[in-house]
Amino acid sequence: MFSLIRSIWLTFLHLFHKKETIQYPEEKVQLHPRYRGRIVLTRDPDGDERCVGCYLCAAACPVDCIALQATEDDNGRRYPEFFRINFSRCIFCGFCEEACPTYAIQLIPDFEMAEYVRQNLVYEKEDLLINSQGKYPGYNYYKVAGIDAGVKNKGTGENEDPPIDIHSLLP
Amino acid sequence: MNYWLIILGVLLVLLNLAALLIWVERRMLALWQDRLGPNRAGPLGLFIILADTLKLFFKEDWIPPFADKPVFVMAPAVVVISVLMSFTIIPFAPEIQIIDLNIGVLFFLGMSSLGVYSIVLGGWASNNKYSLLGALRGASQMISYEVFMGLSLMGVVMLSGSFSLKDIVSAQQSYWFVLLQPIGFIIFFIAGIAETHRLPFDIPEAESELVAGFHSEYSGMKFGMFFIGEYLGITLISAITVVLFFGGWLGPSFLPPLAWFAIKTAGFILFFILLRASLPRPRYDQLMEYGWKILLPLTLLNLLVTGAIVLFLNHS
Repeated sequence: MFSLIRSIWLTFLHLFHKKETIQYPEEKVQLHPRYRGRIVLTRDPDGDERCVGCYLCAAACPVDCIALQATEDDNGRRYPEFFRINFSRCIFCGFCEEACPTYAIQLIPDFEMAEYVRQNLVYEKEDLLINSQGKYPGYNYYKVAGIDAGVKNKGTGENEDPPIDIHSLLP
Repeated sequence: MNYWLIILGVLLVLLNLAALLIWVERRMLALWQDRLGPNRAGPLGLFIILADTLKLFFKEDWIPPFADKPVFVMAPAVVVISVLMSFTIIPFAPEIQIIDLNIGVLFFLGMSSLGVYSIVLGGWASNNKYSLLGALRGASQMISYEVFMGLSLMGVVMLSGSFSLKDIVSAQQSYWFVLLQPIGFIIFFIAGIAETHRLPFDIPEAESELVAGFHSEYSGMKFGMFFIGEYLGITLISAITVVLFFGGWLGPSFLPPLAWFAIKTAGFILFFILLRASLPRPRYDQLMEYGWKILLPLTLLNLLVTGAIVLFLNHS
């Protein structure tokens, strides 16, 4: 009985506590860098696309909201011909970011993407691609990759030995 | 005095009050949970009432094909009518009272018993197991709490020597009856909460167990009637408590009597909402046990002691 009265009184005292409500449109929410919001495609330090069209993000996506088609340029560098994310399906789980081997696809702290028309939630590559390196500045996949795609010659990358002449018998 | 004007005024104020309580409840609950509550639509979010009302009116008013139609339609009206009828005997101020029955308290008890029909008929006509369970619970809860609700008032009746609410208020000229009948007041208030099936005694609705209890199948304005009926019930119990135990319209003369009545009633309405914000719902068997094993004996004891003292004082 006493505990009931005590809890009523304690609840009453909450009238004078500080309110937790954030008055959203006027007051912005403090989001942390790891917040999983809008999905973007980032660029490498040279300003080229990081995405190599490996389909790992689309494969990892539990709701199948990512669609893309890979293609190659003259140098043999892969890039997505189109890249489409249907945000009306996306659950912002971040699996695509986990799966991405090139740090291309990233989730950023931005959730203000409401639309009046559902179709507007389908983002094409132009909408997704941003002119920034995102969370991993200075990282260029092709600088450490073993292939020559017009970024560096074979064997000249960081932590990379020059190519071995497989026809020579010398060590 | 202009009789019809009072009726119209009381009706208008009550129905608007019931609507206003939608906003009051949401706002106060929010404040007690460290939130702000509705504050966007209009000044202080008051237009939320308008939005809610419009929504209720324009929602599809659907009657399930398996329901007993006439009863289904009638049930929500019963609660509103029975509560509104009870308000006729409430003395809001010395001149503002629709009818001064000399059996006022009995009339109030009778009308509040009619409220149980609304729940039982609503739950039964829905032809749905959840609704029926809610109705059963509601019926047993309301009937068992009714028993000592009436008995807890008898102390007040003994002290004032009248069933007329006006006489009861006048009898509190020197001191409020809550000072002489604290146990009676507490028991009456608990029974009042159970009668209006408000939290923590919202067993008939119990949304975590029974979907929405007796009004699972109701939609649109029929649901709105149950809603309004509940808020009117809160207002009624608060008003009756004020009249019986807190001196009704009596108060220092710098405010008009009606203002004193309104302030006291508002305090009790807010307390109802505070209870909702703070207390957990008891289990069904706990509710019945509490009623029959604790509150009923306590009421009888209170009745006995009060009677003995009144008898003693009258003879000495």
